[in-house]
Amino acid sequence: MTDSMNTTSFLSREDIFTGLTARNANEVIGQLADHLLSRGKVRSSYRGAVEERERTMPTGLPLEDGLAVAVPHTDPEHVIASGAAVATLKEPVTFRSMDDPDKELPVRLVFMLALHSKEEQLEMLSAIGGLIQDNKTLQSLCEAQDSGQIYADIDRYLKLGG
Amino acid sequence: MTKKTVLVACGTAVATSTVVATAIVEAMGDRGIDVETRQCKATEVPSMLDGVDLIVSTTPLPPNLPKPAIVTLAFLTGIGRDAEINRIADILRA
Repeated sequence: MTDSMNTTSFLSREDIFTGLTARNANEVIGQLADHLLSRGKVRSSYRGAVEERERTMPTGLPLEDGLAVAVPHTDPEHVIASGAAVATLKEPVTFRSMDDPDKELPVRLVFMLALHSKEEQLEMLSAIGGLIQDNKTLQSLCEAQDSGQIYADIDRYLKLGG
Repeated sequence: MTKKTVLVACGTAVATSTVVATAIVEAMGDRGIDVETRQCKATEVPSMLDGVDLIVSTTPLPPNLPKPAIVTLAFLTGIGRDAEINRIADILRA
């Protein structure tokens, strides 16, 4: 199997966590932000900036069948290189809805984005956009035990979108 | 019909607004409506309204804007997408 060059640079299997345990949104953000920091993708200011952004402008997205995902991210100044970290959560964690911060959503799947420039990450965003609109694939991703399956699904959408 | 301008807003002006802007240009193109998009943060909207026909945002907008405005997640989640495309087309054709 040959991986798309773009997926490889944005996301590798080690950026995908299955069955992550967290009590709240900040714990999810903290774990994934620390991972992106250790990968050299973001600056040390990134974690706090994402937490603050999530507090003032949340990133939860309500989907069909009661499913919800979150896409925490922040301004490019906190990012060194475009990338992402993906986590499925062992138990749903509450994020608030992007369009209505008063609305709470039980999130099972988190795509944390390190966004460096608009042009660079368009393909990645399109792939995630396509994926979250595919309810069937998303359902199976939430149950996935293996990071390889999640990686393959994102890669498939990257190829469809590209 | 002259080219219409849609201001697309989100929290950072980088991520979600890019996805939404791309979707709007494509959907309006299919309907023969020529649009250009500009992107900004939701908080910047009041200072970005010059020449704008419609604002589409994924996050809550400041109140009392003098231009038509839609807050929707349809272009991210796919839910209610066709209805929002029709609504946007109606506003831009008016």
